[in-house]
Amino acid sequence: MIKSRQIGASVNRLEGQLKVTGKATYAGEYNEKELVHGYIINSTIPKGKMIAIDETAARKVDGVIEIFTYKNRPRLPWFDIMYADMDAPPGSPFKPLLDNNIKYNGQPIALVVADSFETARFAASLVNIVYEETTSSTNLKENLAHAKNPKKGLATLIKPLPPKPKGDFEKAFIESEVTSSQEFYHSAEHHNPIELFATTTIYEGDGKLTVYDKTQGTSNCQIYIANVFGLRYSNVQVISPFVGGGFGSGLRPQYQLFLCVMASLELKMNVRVSMDRKQMFTFGHRPQTLQTVNFGADATGKLTALSHKAIAETSRFEDYTEVVVNWGNMLYPVKNTLLDYQLVPLDLYTPLDMRAPGGSTGLHAIETAMDELAYKLKIDPLEFRLINYAERDDSSDKPFSSKELKECYLQGAKKFGWDERNPAVRDTRRGNRLVGQGMSSGIWDVIALPAKASAKLTKKGNLIIKSAVTDIGTGTYTIMSQIAADELGVDVNDIIFRYGDSKMPLSPIQGGSYTTGVVGSAIKAACIALKKKLFKKAKLIPQSPFISIRLKEVIFENKRIVLKKNPSVFTNFDEILHNYRKPIKVSKSNIPNVLTLKKYTRAAHSAAFVEVEVDEQLGTINVTRAVTAVAAGTIINPKTARSQILGGMTWGISKALREESLLDTNLGKFINANLGEYHIPVHADIHELDVIFVEEKDEIINELGSKGIGEIGLASMAPAIANAIFHATGKRINNFPIHFDELL
Amino acid sequence: MNHKSKITLNINQKKYILELLPWVTLLDTLRDHLDLTGTKKGCDHGQCGACTVLCDGKRILSCLTLSVMKDNSMITTIEGVAQGEKLHPLQKEFIEMDAFQCGYCTPGQICSALGMIDENRAYTLEEVKESMSGNLCRCGANSNIIDAIMNYKNQDHE
Amino acid sequence: MNSFGYKKAASIEDTLEIKYQNKTSSFIAGGTNLLDLWKYNLQNPSELIDLNGLEDLKRISRQQNGTIRLGALATNAYTAYHPEIENYYPILSRAILSGASAQIRNSATNGGNLLQKTRCYYFYDMASPCNKRNPGSGCPAIEGKNRMHAILGHSKQCIAVFPSDMCIALAALEAKVEVFSTTGTRIINFDDFHRLPGDQPELDNTLKSDELITAIILPQRGFSTNYSYLKLRDRNSYAFALVSVATCLELENKKIKEINIALGGVSHKPWRNKQAEASLIGELPTKENFEKIASLLLKEAKGFEYNKFKIELAKRAIVRNCLMALDPSSQRPGAQPSL
Repeated sequence: MIKSRQIGASVNRLEGQLKVTGKATYAGEYNEKELVHGYIINSTIPKGKMIAIDETAARKVDGVIEIFTYKNRPRLPWFDIMYADMDAPPGSPFKPLLDNNIKYNGQPIALVVADSFETARFAASLVNIVYEETTSSTNLKENLAHAKNPKKGLATLIKPLPPKPKGDFEKAFIESEVTSSQEFYHSAEHHNPIELFATTTIYEGDGKLTVYDKTQGTSNCQIYIANVFGLRYSNVQVISPFVGGGFGSGLRPQYQLFLCVMASLELKMNVRVSMDRKQMFTFGHRPQTLQTVNFGADATGKLTALSHKAIAETSRFEDYTEVVVNWGNMLYPVKNTLLDYQLVPLDLYTPLDMRAPGGSTGLHAIETAMDELAYKLKIDPLEFRLINYAERDDSSDKPFSSKELKECYLQGAKKFGWDERNPAVRDTRRGNRLVGQGMSSGIWDVIALPAKASAKLTKKGNLIIKSAVTDIGTGTYTIMSQIAADELGVDVNDIIFRYGDSKMPLSPIQGGSYTTGVVGSAIKAACIALKKKLFKKAKLIPQSPFISIRLKEVIFENKRIVLKKNPSVFTNFDEILHNYRKPIKVSKSNIPNVLTLKKYTRAAHSAAFVEVEVDEQLGTINVTRAVTAVAAGTIINPKTARSQILGGMTWGISKALREESLLDTNLGKFINANLGEYHIPVHADIHELDVIFVEEKDEIINELGSKGIGEIGLASMAPAIANAIFHATGKRINNFPIHFDELL
Repeated sequence: MNHKSKITLNINQKKYILELLPWVTLLDTLRDHLDLTGTKKGCDHGQCGACTVLCDGKRILSCLTLSVMKDNSMITTIEGVAQGEKLHPLQKEFIEMDAFQCGYCTPGQICSALGMIDENRAYTLEEVKESMSGNLCRCGANSNIIDAIMNYKNQDHE
Repeated sequence: MNSFGYKKAASIEDTLEIKYQNKTSSFIAGGTNLLDLWKYNLQNPSELIDLNGLEDLKRISRQQNGTIRLGALATNAYTAYHPEIENYYPILSRAILSGASAQIRNSATNGGNLLQKTRCYYFYDMASPCNKRNPGSGCPAIEGKNRMHAILGHSKQCIAVFPSDMCIALAALEAKVEVFSTTGTRIINFDDFHRLPGDQPELDNTLKSDELITAIILPQRGFSTNYSYLKLRDRNSYAFALVSVATCLELENKKIKEINIALGGVSHKPWRNKQAEASLIGELPTKENFEKIASLLLKEAKGFEYNKFKIELAKRAIVRNCLMALDPSSQRPGAQPSL
């Protein structure tokens, strides 16, 4: 019997039972004995100094243990490098409670620790802080004169700045047969995972800590804590098996981690610090971004000129960048390009990667311009994209490692029924509603990073795979188990995957859609190494049938090594263990082959087809149905992968039509800091969504040929919605989110 | 004046006698005092639905409820939905339909759906979506959640 | 978010006595708004008087004179699904069910609904100036983010809106509010219950501090033949109205015998204009006539930077909702526009 492949199987989430019964434990839920609670106080001005802090009333409250401010913050390193986490942009990282300076509204300025959550919260309300406010500026549009080129650093290696101009854009644009010139504004957004950021620190004594943290990187937080607080790496264990959503917010250690660990070390106590929802609006966010595109095409529909410029906000202390303008020329060949990306520093916290950072912003502009050109040329929008299809990445003049975007277009269009679309604008009605159909391309790059994993056959015969990686709801736990099971030829339930723990082999932070490829490849490599070692040990068994047999002549199946040409010849894992008398363990790193990878452009692609209905009199918008076709290499688990794409599509609906952080630039703060007024979609907003995975083989990107799918579902969805709204109404609304009243 | 009150809560058919200050919400009682952390805190202001529990059979938000006001009430939390190791059919549907990703809103979604079904006021897909709209899901598992609930509703529950 | 004492009231008299003894105490019924405000440090009662023992106030009953008495402590859900309401005052069911979420409606009470606070962002942010919260401190909404704010009846002090859906239907139904105090019972016309901000935006309504709402009285007529509630908002459910409209219509010989239109999401109180309504009496229920009344209703409207759109939106919403009232079967869950 040949074991069926585990890769490609629609396995239910392995932790499903824990999640539906409430037994999955998140960072703020470890109810250790003698736990005390910290409540954070945030600044209420955007810029200036604290000139007095009155703690008298708060300290009188029964149950208050300590109040930490800059005045009694322990002596800690002040230099930037110690605070720089794996995702720190170039600049000087924020250091909580460092001094009396206020750099942004909502800055954490004190921690009240008490014997109960309620007492800490109450006492925090009694701390009176006197400020001396200085002039601040938080208005992007009014500060464009201060736009500057971003600083380069580690972050810009992974998220490259725009390539240099090509050809002669100005001339080509003027000579173009048709042009599209548009401006765009995107509001800031906050990640708002439903789980609040929380840390529970267990004080183990002797400089040792166990830290349960909400994070997308256990290793990242371990290193951060050890560096900042001068602890040995081995004495800091960061654990987060369940993470209630990340979307980028957990890529950097957030300030509750610092405050909780600080309090625990100072008080020598077990401490929990949890943010409230309002505080979830006081750290990184998707930056407000202004964009300008100028696209030109000739009469045959070929693009001739492409300019894409973006100006985004950053903080005064770090240069956060994302890839906004690079995608157009990766999707479509053009001889003449002009790309620019600049930053305006404002008195706000540093922005932070948020699902499909940059891509979901830039593609809106690119795909809107493409849509407009198609209408001007009287070419079907899909046909127009096929005319401009890139067989090779024109922006870097490299081949794609694989690219099945054309199949995405064709299969997506077929399933959606694009052929039956009425090409006329504002010409299809259903009752009171205008109907529109729009489409968009999507692209997201494949990032390669090193990672480690270990594999072990225990003396009891269990297969244990380890990685520090988290599972933020992406299905990582399940698919990593599948990858290991597939390689070792066992059932997925035979694998014990230990993860979400910094004691496990080092993993990069979980983001950028690279976890499957990066960590999955390390696990695959570890499993291959384990097989080699097992085979070697099998040969040591007296009268082993494999003495003169080579590894490629056997298969691993159901915890046995079986001779391919004669399956009746095999050795059980148990026999190997019985003979060897020790567990068999390997550890393996996956180091990307940079020389090979460099020769290719590596990207996942998608095509979204969307139908909207817009109430003709009232403007109300519904995305009635949508199909997204995705080419992302090997799909490890179609069930969880489909959910990832559905999630991305739902985020697309949210980005195009719902969520925005309202920044009051007079007060210098985000003012709708709650889930009642920060509108993410409700069930009543979501209608028919469909997902197609197009077959795509990629032997370049990584061992698994898997590209990652966290962002790609969002990338194409939001622009397709905007294009569908144009088709329905004849109106181009280029500000996201689109408010329905703009269609009145 | 602000002394503790002695209250009795029947949670998942187990009787708890507690001494609590009036300002402790039902949500914090469950999570911090009884280690029943399956009920989630997502906003603490009645805007996300993650803290939904059933109180005397009705779905309510435990974050906007004081425990002292629920003396002698019957509470069902997510921990009381399965019968021992045997999952409730709705829980099975959630697993089968992959109706969650991070899992943080899930207990609230399930408790809310059970409350909704008991109300017997939402029949069509549109009505179910509307009735479930008090439970936010940030991962975007919305369509799978609604599919799981509709599947369960369409089963024969004898 | 101070600590507070807690007492359970045994009778209405008992309730008023505790309140009289302790001026800084607050009544609590559902708690869905009070605890929200308390956690934001916006209300700090020294003692909570739990009304939930007052069983009499949880009832819904038809009176001998044909009116309906909605107990102040009946929950929103119980009210919306009560057969008397569903059958004879369906607009009230519709409006209630378009507000908040099912969970909140299971706790929130009718009396509490009348007293709920505005959702103005600045009111909720303790660090921001706000004349409603802190008289004299200023109103940042006027120059700030005011998408949700008022276009009618606002003042230089305050442009907040009253967020209820239920009350918009009650205004259109011309309900009355029964309040009780040591001096006896007082009946307040619905239109006189909530107030415009004027120079005292800190006052939302005309209830006195020693009074307790005991009931809402619905008049005999429930407009169960021609009615509609429409709610327009930034998502399809679980959001407050940008504009909502309640229309109660009575036709006679195909002409309008009576029309009551109340607007929500546009003012500090449910907005009605009886003069405008009177102008349609005896007219045909046509789109043109509904457009006419819409213009009259919005004649005095003045918007701000981000909410000017509400003027045109409200006009169109009135027209659509009046047309929906002619065919109540066109109404959809969540008070969404007809298809």
